[in-house]
Amino acid sequence: MNATVLLLADGRFPSGGHAHSAGAEAAIGAGDVSDHASLERFVEGRLFTTGVVDAAFAAASAQHCANLAAARFDVLAAEYMARTASARLRQISLSLARQLLRAGARTWPSPLFAACDTATGGRTPQPIAMGVVAAAAGCSAHDAALCELHHLVGAMTSAGVRLLGLDPFEISAIAARLAPTLDALAAQAAASATDDPATLPAGVALLHDVLAEHHATWEVRLFAS
Amino acid sequence: MPPDHQPGFASHSHPHGDASHDHDHDHTHGHGHGHGSETPPDPRGRPLRVGIGGPVGSGKTALVAALCRLLADHVSTVVVTNDIFTTEDAEALRRMAVLPDDRIAPVETGGCPHTAIRDDISANLDAIEQLEQSHPGVELTLLESGGDNLTAIFSRALVDKQIFVIDVAGGDKVPRKGGPGVTVSDLLVINKTDLAPLVRADLGVMDRDAKARRGDLPIAFTSLVEPSGAAVVAEWISILLAEWRGVSAANA
Repeated sequence: MNATVLLLADGRFPSGGHAHSAGAEAAIGAGDVSDHASLERFVEGRLFTTGVVDAAFAAASAQHCANLAAARFDVLAAEYMARTASARLRQISLSLARQLLRAGARTWPSPLFAACDTATGGRTPQPIAMGVVAAAAGCSAHDAALCELHHLVGAMTSAGVRLLGLDPFEISAIAARLAPTLDALAAQAAASATDDPATLPAGVALLHDVLAEHHATWEVRLFAS
Repeated sequence: MPPDHQPGFASHSHPHGDASHDHDHDHTHGHGHGHGSETPPDPRGRPLRVGIGGPVGSGKTALVAALCRLLADHVSTVVVTNDIFTTEDAEALRRMAVLPDDRIAPVETGGCPHTAIRDDISANLDAIEQLEQSHPGVELTLLESGGDNLTAIFSRALVDKQIFVIDVAGGDKVPRKGGPGVTVSDLLVINKTDLAPLVRADLGVMDRDAKARRGDLPIAFTSLVEPSGAAVVAEWISILLAEWRGVSAANA
């Protein structure tokens, strides 16, 4: 733990996340999330499905930065996109990555940003961007995975506060109960960071992909995703 | 408050004269006040970026539409809208056909319009840069904020100049309440002057309070339901554009 990690983990880091609920608004609209208990189950479910994938790719991306000559951001990007069924979610991932890379490049200037951008042709998915920013900041692969999971939880829980008026203290307690899970998943992601990208986790939350496509057609929504 | 204001105040030359006067003032004495004036001109010669903020329903979209009608024929213009819940403002502008559809881009701000223009401007910068890149030769980029409260202000990293739009129907105490939009915006637009008698708003009070908050910064009274209601704002932007082009040419 150091101050740089805290900066990257801070919800106030200006990387565009505030406009997204990570699928919570769609789940609330479908009636799947309506109170503290259902939100906690929803967040936990996402951590063990898409969260595992996001964390693995964030850690792998940070790890690739350690040896830039051998880094394959293009392969990581292709593998991650192949794991994202929803076209809408792929588009959102690219958009959030651009915003994160912009903030990261200004905050921690590094040749890593140009290397990643060149390798992916400017189409970097969000977890790979997180890995690059974390590495540029001097953080570890484990830190990158942990920040990725932390922001996933934050996006979903704060949407619960804003959309359902849930108790912010209870929301904090939910996040605290899930903290050991985040630690375990981040450790797992760090352990697989040097693996062949094709073998990285490929968990999905099918309903998340379906609801994301549906959410994009809503006439009135508070969050972009 | 007594409805003591004489009819016709809004269409009187005073508001127009005010804006012009202050502009001359700016010009003569250098850019000494208003936080936006301190923004150094961009050496890359990119378009002038003007933010339009203000409370819900004050007339931001109407102002953007009117400005496009008045300027777009001779100034290459693109527009980014921010909506709280939908892409409604972008759709409204497209329906009004004030610009070709591909010159208007919506940004969704996740219920935090002020965050998207002030604390975390990444989504808006992304949209602005994409629009400007896909339309070479753009001279003016208008960024319409989502409707917000009086604390909203644009980051100087996002826009070069900013307009804050309030309306008479929101109450004539609004200028006195202040807030960054009222106090430091480069132009304060007080809209819906035609409604003043109906809501018993005293335009003289608004003018006095706004001046007290803003010092020499310009104020424009508008009634955007009139065809040329935004002319004073369009003229203000035209003068800025001329200055901006001069700076760009000097840096080229």
